[in-house]
Amino acid sequence: MLEDFLFQLEMAAPQIVLGLVNGAFYALLSLGLAVIFGMLNVINFAHGAQFMMGAFVAWMLLNWAGIPYWGALILSPLIVGVFGVVLERLMISRLYKMDHLYGLLLTFGLALIIEGVFRNSFGSSGLPYAPPAALTGAPVDLGFMMLPKYRLWVVVAAFFVCIATWLVIEKTRLGAYLRAATENAPLVQAFGVNVPRMVTLTYAAGVALAALAGVLAAPIYSVNPAMGSNFIITVFAVVVIGGMGSILGSVITGFALGLVEGLTRVIYPEASATVIFVIMAIVLLARPAGLFGRA
Amino acid sequence: MPDALPPTKTDTLLAIRDLQAWYGESHVLHGVSIDIRPGEVVTLLGRNGAGKTSTLRAIMGLTGRRTGSVMFEGRETIRMSPDAIGRAGIGYCPEERGIFASLNVTENLMLPPKVRDGGLDVPTIHQLFPNLKERANSPGTKLSGGEQQMLAIARILRTGAPLLLLDEPTEGLAPVIVQQIGAMIREIKQRGFTVLLVEQNFRFAQTVADRHYVMEHGRVVDAVANHEMASSLDRLHAYLGV
Repeated sequence: MLEDFLFQLEMAAPQIVLGLVNGAFYALLSLGLAVIFGMLNVINFAHGAQFMMGAFVAWMLLNWAGIPYWGALILSPLIVGVFGVVLERLMISRLYKMDHLYGLLLTFGLALIIEGVFRNSFGSSGLPYAPPAALTGAPVDLGFMMLPKYRLWVVVAAFFVCIATWLVIEKTRLGAYLRAATENAPLVQAFGVNVPRMVTLTYAAGVALAALAGVLAAPIYSVNPAMGSNFIITVFAVVVIGGMGSILGSVITGFALGLVEGLTRVIYPEASATVIFVIMAIVLLARPAGLFGRA
Repeated sequence: MPDALPPTKTDTLLAIRDLQAWYGESHVLHGVSIDIRPGEVVTLLGRNGAGKTSTLRAIMGLTGRRTGSVMFEGRETIRMSPDAIGRAGIGYCPEERGIFASLNVTENLMLPPKVRDGGLDVPTIHQLFPNLKERANSPGTKLSGGEQQMLAIARILRTGAPLLLLDEPTEGLAPVIVQQIGAMIREIKQRGFTVLLVEQNFRFAQTVADRHYVMEHGRVVDAVANHEMASSLDRLHAYLGV
């Protein structure tokens, strides 16, 4: 009996771990979306494209400037974050007083343009990006399965970045400004806080999180222009299930749905691509504000 | 009127001249002129829609377009952004208090950055408002209306801003709480703060203020020193319709 169970577990484990790795990306991406939506009220449809840019910038840094993975992990989010600042200042900031739909349409258009530019320059077949030497080599033996070091690193890194972001928002003075400005931005500004600048930097931070996820993803998935759009629809489902704008909700839901997806691949593989959307439909019917959202 | 106005330029903390303001297309202030000397408590009286709240918002730069002149400590603020005006030393307590639901009492209290030395420190604030200490970790909006009002005033006392704009701090509060707010405003004045207070209730205003401006249709239409209140009651009744 026990042997039977261990055998089952051994069979399921790779899918569960793959689910956890996917969950790490869902969590990181939906975290950035939640931060941006909470603060700017903008549904950032360009998030997938910014994730893809993070991976491409890492590739460019390596191949054009010789800067390795660890440097890219810092530099790529910074570079893509600066790109976010430009987008926010030039375009997105003009839409704050309008309906959500306009922000969504603008960022959707931007996503198409960014993707098109990269497809035009780099083709759509994908570019290889090797994991750093320190994270290659013999997989880690977890007892029931062998886990490639790099995937373990992705899960751990994503987890800590999520915790750090949550701590900044819930426990620091800056986080208090952000939460307060989400409720009543003019009042926070009247208290002497430069809210427009804070909004710009928040957008940049959300974009940088997407880019960071992109760098983490580069060695796992091939670096290609469509890598963001493959993820982003699922990530939007994660955000809706977690509750629009809820930081903790997006993190927990991200990891959990990655796992659910992995488990579904074991139990009933045909449903693995749709299970998240089924959950989304059920959650929307039962709790329209999402699992962690405020109604 | 002559007794109440105008103070000389040199001892004016806030000098507003011909302030006009708009919300979009809607012209809400039609040339407001007000002077406030350091250490005074001055009220804006008037009916609903007279432009009292809009005057405070326009001072903070929170309306849309505004023209005219708002000199604070001799510095023109009309072209400044709201955050620059806040940092210049004007503390703002909005109508309905503006307590943040996602922040607890302490976070609400500590939220506005210090703009100057001379604000009250937290122990003094807790001494003045013991409830804020007891309920430090409650969400801000779980406090009673009176406690929320205390919190809204306490948080701008902390910043060191010498001029406080209070928008109807007694609105919707029980009479006993209104008395406490009155005592608090007198205490604030004693500590050297200057207050511009929006009020509908002129009986309450009478207990705390040095002077009163009366507003109608986005303009200041009268000014009364507090010691003239008794002799001006008929006039005030006519303005305020009470």
